[in-house]
Order: sequence, then C-alpha cells, then structure tokens
Amino acid sequence: MAMSQTKMAVAEADGVLESAVSTRNISKNYGEVEALRDLSLEFPRGQLTSLLGPSGCGKTTLLKIIAGLLEPTSGEVEVNGSKVTGPGPDRAFVFQDFALLPWASVIRNVSFGLEMRGVAKSEREAIAERYIREVGLAGFEHAYPHELSGGMRQRVGLARALSVDSQVLLMDEPFSAVDEQTRRKFQEDLLGLVQNENKTFIFVTHSIEEAVYVSDQIAILLPRPSRVSEIIRPSGFRNKGVDNIRRDPEYLDIVDEIWASLRTYVE
Amino acid sequence: MVNRAFVLKIVSALILFGAWEIAGRIPVSLAFPTFLESMSALFSMAADGTLWLAYAETLQPLVVGIAISAVLGIAIGLWVGLNDFFDWLFSPIFIVMQAAPLAALIPLLVLAYGIGLTSKVLVVCIMAMPVIVLNTAGAVRNTPESMKEMGRAYLATDLAIVLKIVIPAASPVIFAGLRLGISAGFIGAILAELKITPTGVGDIITYSRSIADYPSMYAAIFSIILLAVLFLNLLEKTETVLFKGNQRGYVSD
Ligand SMILES: Nc1ncnc2c1ncn2[C@@H]1O[C@H](COP(=O)(O)OP(=O)(O)OP(=O)(O)O)[C@@H](O)[C@H]1O
Ligand SMILES: [Mg+2]
Repeated sequence: MAMSQTKMAVAEADGVLESAVSTRNISKNYGEVEALRDLSLEFPRGQLTSLLGPSGCGKTTLLKIIAGLLEPTSGEVEVNGSKVTGPGPDRAFVFQDFALLPWASVIRNVSFGLEMRGVAKSEREAIAERYIREVGLAGFEHAYPHELSGGMRQRVGLARALSVDSQVLLMDEPFSAVDEQTRRKFQEDLLGLVQNENKTFIFVTHSIEEAVYVSDQIAILLPRPSRVSEIIRPSGFRNKGVDNIRRDPEYLDIVDEIWASLRTYVE
Repeated sequence: MVNRAFVLKIVSALILFGAWEIAGRIPVSLAFPTFLESMSALFSMAADGTLWLAYAETLQPLVVGIAISAVLGIAIGLWVGLNDFFDWLFSPIFIVMQAAPLAALIPLLVLAYGIGLTSKVLVVCIMAMPVIVLNTAGAVRNTPESMKEMGRAYLATDLAIVLKIVIPAASPVIFAGLRLGISAGFIGAILAELKITPTGVGDIITYSRSIADYPSMYAAIFSIILLAVLFLNLLEKTETVLFKGNQRGYVSD
C-alpha cells in the first residue's frame, strides 16, 4: 500500500505518466462490422487501466490487438516504445474462458508459457510451483483442470500469466466466471498484485463497481461508433485500505457518474 | 472401477455365449452350431495347426494394411485438417472411398493388381483408412480456437501448436477413428480372402461351409472377432498410456 502511494505521488508530482502501452488511431473492421474506430489510449506503466463498456463495444478486440493476436485494420500499438507486430514476451494474456489444456495438470498448464520459451523442465516447474503457491493453489499442482472449480481454474490462468514474468498483463474479464465472494477476494488480490509486481495491467470488465474498485485509470468505451468516451482516474480512496474503498464517497460518486453515462446504452 | 468394468465385460460375454449355446440347441437353423461345438472345433484346429497356418496367411494383409492405414491415415488427416487446400484436394477421395461399395471395387483391384498380397492389403486400406482420415481431419479442424490463441499468446511456434495443442486435443477422436478403422480393416481382410482368393481364415470359412462343417466355420469367424476385440483393447491401453488426460473429464470441460 505504502509503495503504491509513493509511486503514484511521484508520478503525479511529475505531472506526466510514462506509458507502457500506447494505442494510436486503432481501427478494426470485421467485414461490415466496425468494431473499433480511430481509438487512441495511453496505459501508464505500473498501473492498472480498466476498459469498461457495454457488451460488443470492442473491449476484447482492443485487448487482442494489444496482445498481437489480432491485426488492426489501421493504426498501431506500441509497447515500451516498440511497435507490436505479433505476440511477444513483454505481454501475457489471461483469458476470459481460462483456455487451459484439459489433458495437462495444473503445473504443466502453468509452465506452458515457460516451456514455449525453452526454459528447462526442472527450472520451469520450480517457477510454476512458486506462482501456484502465490495464487493459493498449493497442493493442486498435479490436479487436472476438470477437478478444479471455476475460480481455481481462473487462478491457474493467472499463475500461467504471472509465471512468464511479462511487463504487461492483459486480462479479459478474468473474474466474470466466479461467484461474488470469490470475485471480491480476487479483486483484493489484484490490488495486491498491482502494488507488489511492478507490472502494467490492462483489465477488461463489465462491472462498474469492479472497475472503480481496482483501477488507477478507467477508460469508458462506447459503441456505434466505438470510441473512448471518457477517462477517469480515481485517486482519493486508493490509500484508505481495501476495506474502506466501497464506503468512500468518491468511490460511490464515480460509480454513479459512470452509470449515468452508460445507462443510455442499455436498452 | 477398472475391476467393475472387467467383470461387466466377462458377464456380457457369458450372456452372449449362453444365448449362442441355447440358440444352437433349439436349433435356430441346421447350419447354426452350438457354442460348445464351435469351441471344440476351434481347439481341434488349434491343436492340429490349421488355425495357426491360416492366421500366418491372414495376418499379412491385415497387419500391413492396418499399419499403412493408421500411419498414412493419421498423417493425411492431420494435413487435411490443418490445410484448406489439402482438405479440398483429399477429402472428397476419402468420402467417396468410405461410401463406395467394396464388393464392386474388388474385381477392379484384382484386374489392376492381381490376386496377391497387394490387392488384399488395398482392400484392408480401403476399409480402414477413410474413417481414420476423416475422423483425424475433423478433430483437428475442431480444435478450440481459444486454445490455439492461447498457444500463440504464449509464443508457441506453429509446430509447437500442432504438437502440444492440436494433436492432444484431437487425440480422443483420432483414437475413436482408429478403433473404427481397425474394426473395418478386420472385416476387409476377411472379405478379401472370401472375394479374391480363399486363403487363411477366409479359406477355413469357405472350405468348411462347402463341406457343411459348420462348427469349424463358426470357430473361424469367432476367432477373428476375438482377435479384433483383443486388439481394440490393446489400442485402448495404448491411448491411456499416451494421453493420460483423455481419461480425465473431457465431458465436463
Ligand atoms: N471474429 C469476429 N468476426 C466478426 N465480428 C466480430 C468478431 N469478433 C468480434 N466481432 C464484433 O465486433 C464487435 C466487438 O466485439 P468484442 O468481442 O470486442 O466486444 P466486447 O466489448 O469484448 O464485448 P463483451 O463485453 O460482450 O465481451 C462486436 O459487435 C462483435 O459482433
Ligand atoms: Mg469481450
């Protein structure tokens, strides 16, 4: 907590935030469908940026373009100053549907990214074990995905993303498949991760409360035509402790404000 | 669990043999021997060596044909599943092959390749290969897109995606195709011996029918079915050893 306070204080004192990821004038068409139009957005280093918006406004599309999994129709993405042409070691993805390999044990799933990077078996298993412990799955190293609950599977996906030690973590609605209690626990854990792992997080969510709770910066995307309608930087309540955030007046105001701008898009 | 499955297999075999014995005793037809008569014919053929000589003959086209069908079938299936051009090129051939009435093709094969081993191997392949190719290709094509995307996101090369994601994901259906293909290959081997030249087990069947030695005829048929069942069980064991995850909740994922 103290660390993030100083980090933010320094960043804000300087007046500029260094971007880890920038998207410039991104457009993406799927045939007739215009998923993104001329979208530009900066993602400050070491912070968590949420992409929030109604269904179908292009959040997943934008995240996959940043990941290098999709080609934008026009525009470009820069990560740490170099142009993205495909997936790279500087980015790791947490999938909404987990995307675990059902025939592989937890430890093999978690070490998959390291295996593809050519890390030797004993080394990658040691690293994987550490992250499995870190996400609270110690003892399940040799379980198979179907033996785990949805929340546990998502932790496997998270451990896989953390184990490759990328600078940027791309998370596509990572908590949407878990129950409310688990979700709250995950959100608290995520705040811890943002503070402790000096990484840049890009986080897609449907939930206004979740976005306000975990984000340093919230980009509100709107469809037809898709665009960034607003950027909100909650700052006042972050240092009041995880238990007090949801009672903080600024938190409540921001939630209301976002709802007010989104409600017209919910028919 | 394993034991229970084993016991069930034994019980269902016993029920089948019992029904056979009863049907033979009624008798359903004069040409239908009892189970025990057939078994004693089987043992006497095994004792005087005719059975082993017959299998030495029959196993040649069978083993060669099944080996070719499995290796080539899976390889072509992978290719067809991964590449649209090969799909366009090869899929129709195997669909036609699967639908073709084999009995009508056999004279053509004999005309082209004679009555030797080549024709018989081809009959086994025509029976076994299409389902192996089509199953493999279908399974490869149906690999969940999200798994392949995950592979790319974590920097897997194309080859690694095929080896570490596509093949394991497709393996249950590939093995199902192998099982079907191999059963069909057994039928093909016997069909070849009945339709081309009577040799091996096909010869025992043809000859014992011609002299109305029905117990020997049914013994020969029984032995080939038994061999097929044993072989399929062996294949199942291979699958469990190679792909442990296949046993683990494919349905639930
Ligand atoms: N592969 C595709 N082919 C055609 N159209 C697509 C494809 N993927 C997405 N789209 C379209 O692009 C638009 C944006 O999709 P995207 O998945 O990025 O939305 P999203 O904001 O992630 O929605 P959700 O919140 O429901 O996940 C949608 O209108 C969708 O119909
Ligand atoms: Mg989405």
